[in-house]
Amino acid sequence: MNLEDIIQETKTYYCLECGKCTSICPVARYDSSFSPRQMIENALLGFGDELLLDRELFSCLTCYTCQKECPSDIDFPIFVRKARSMAQDNGQHGVCAHSGQLQSLARLMTSPTIKQKRLEWLSKEYRVSENSDVLLWVGCAPYFAPIFEDIEFNALDITKASLKTLNLLGIEPKLLPNERCCGHDALWTGDIETFKKLAEHNAAQIKEAGVKKIVFSCPEGYRTFKLDYPNYVDLRCEVLHISELLAEKIGQNGVKFKEIKKKVTYQDPCRLGRHLGVYDAPRKVIESIPGIELVEMRHSGLESICCGTSAFTNCDSYSNMLRAERLCEATETGAELLITACPKCQTHFRCAMMDKGEEHRSTPKIEIMDLANLVANAIEK
Amino acid sequence: MAEFEPQIVAFCCNWCTYAAADLAGTSRVHYPPNVRIVRVMCSSMVNPLYVLKAFEGGADGVLVAGCHHSDCHYIDGPVKCDATVDKLRKVLHVLGLEDERLRRELVAASEGVVFARIIKEMVEQLKKIGPSPFKVKTEALA
Repeated sequence: MNLEDIIQETKTYYCLECGKCTSICPVARYDSSFSPRQMIENALLGFGDELLLDRELFSCLTCYTCQKECPSDIDFPIFVRKARSMAQDNGQHGVCAHSGQLQSLARLMTSPTIKQKRLEWLSKEYRVSENSDVLLWVGCAPYFAPIFEDIEFNALDITKASLKTLNLLGIEPKLLPNERCCGHDALWTGDIETFKKLAEHNAAQIKEAGVKKIVFSCPEGYRTFKLDYPNYVDLRCEVLHISELLAEKIGQNGVKFKEIKKKVTYQDPCRLGRHLGVYDAPRKVIESIPGIELVEMRHSGLESICCGTSAFTNCDSYSNMLRAERLCEATETGAELLITACPKCQTHFRCAMMDKGEEHRSTPKIEIMDLANLVANAIEK
Repeated sequence: MAEFEPQIVAFCCNWCTYAAADLAGTSRVHYPPNVRIVRVMCSSMVNPLYVLKAFEGGADGVLVAGCHHSDCHYIDGPVKCDATVDKLRKVLHVLGLEDERLRRELVAASEGVVFARIIKEMVEQLKKIGPSPFKVKTEALA
């Protein structure tokens, strides 16, 4: 693939040079050297090297804020994704967060012979069934749990809460003992080769499991399965996010919530919101819990601000400023609890709140919780 | 078929374990040639990616070795290294890798014999458990 193909595929030649993308871009607000418009111009005017060798290529959050404003409907995140894969071929990898260990783990998971021990957390209190036609996707949670233990975040709590909720709804899902990383981060950092291998592994295992429906507690996995897997593998399954399933089931099966008296606000994860257009389901679920008052932040829904890093690349001081800004918005609402629906949003916000560096003294503190945990705490039967 | 010869990548701290390996050499202490030593300034600078990359590259085992807790040139390097390795061990466990493949040792500069013994032990253990599951991928690429 060369730059010309990417321009043709993503129709960047429609660019009007209006600069709306750069003016709305959350990264560009802090990092003045980052400009989506400039990146597109570089590609169109034949300065491919300036685009591909610039480390700013990996600063894009691929959060789709720009695309929603673009009068020519240019898919900038996909343009960036394809340009990154070209840059990877030329040896540019961007600066990976957490020393690149998460990307390395994804590459290690492409090995066909590994026997993972990813379900050791599964205790008897949860009901799973081998014959179920519903699959709960566990994803990276067993890996995130040890990696992020020092920011006091256990991603498995989200998985456990999702499983408990499904059980209380009368669903006994199947769990795959040897599923691989969904490949989201590999794909968005431009490592297509790794992504393809992971997708093939997962598709084969899902086919073997014979399930009809896959439930996700992570919007990144959901996005990857819904929009990206169909381009690479044959996957005949219905996929949905746990918030969508809950929104559908609430009020049925005699599901009841106990009262939680709290003022909360909701962070739209970019993958769930702008990528897939799921805005109402999580809000419906939150509001159906009696006693809860949901207040919106200054930027919400379509305009919601990203948590500052995606695909674990280029996490820098600008990302932290972005997080601090978002946390300010959350506390300004007067809410005492910030609800997210993405484990990575939670990782990044918790990290920002733990950060004891000089420049982050002003980062406000707020309790943060996943939607699945909120529901699991509230549900009673 | 030739006997399986494991490949070990050893990250050794400049002040103690690297000197110990050197001492083992100068004092003619024999140990198997299966180890590739990477000298690092301190065991605490070994970040998780170094170890993961070694496995990606086809290592069957990784040794992270440095000074004893009281000997560190930089005061508390081994403490940091212990924390990194403990965390990494949990991650590798989920990945299904045997515990023996990642080893953490404290070897002082005078302990050339200890270094040789550790390598011998490690090679024996790795021969028993066989090649790393990640090796298949690397060989297929080659």
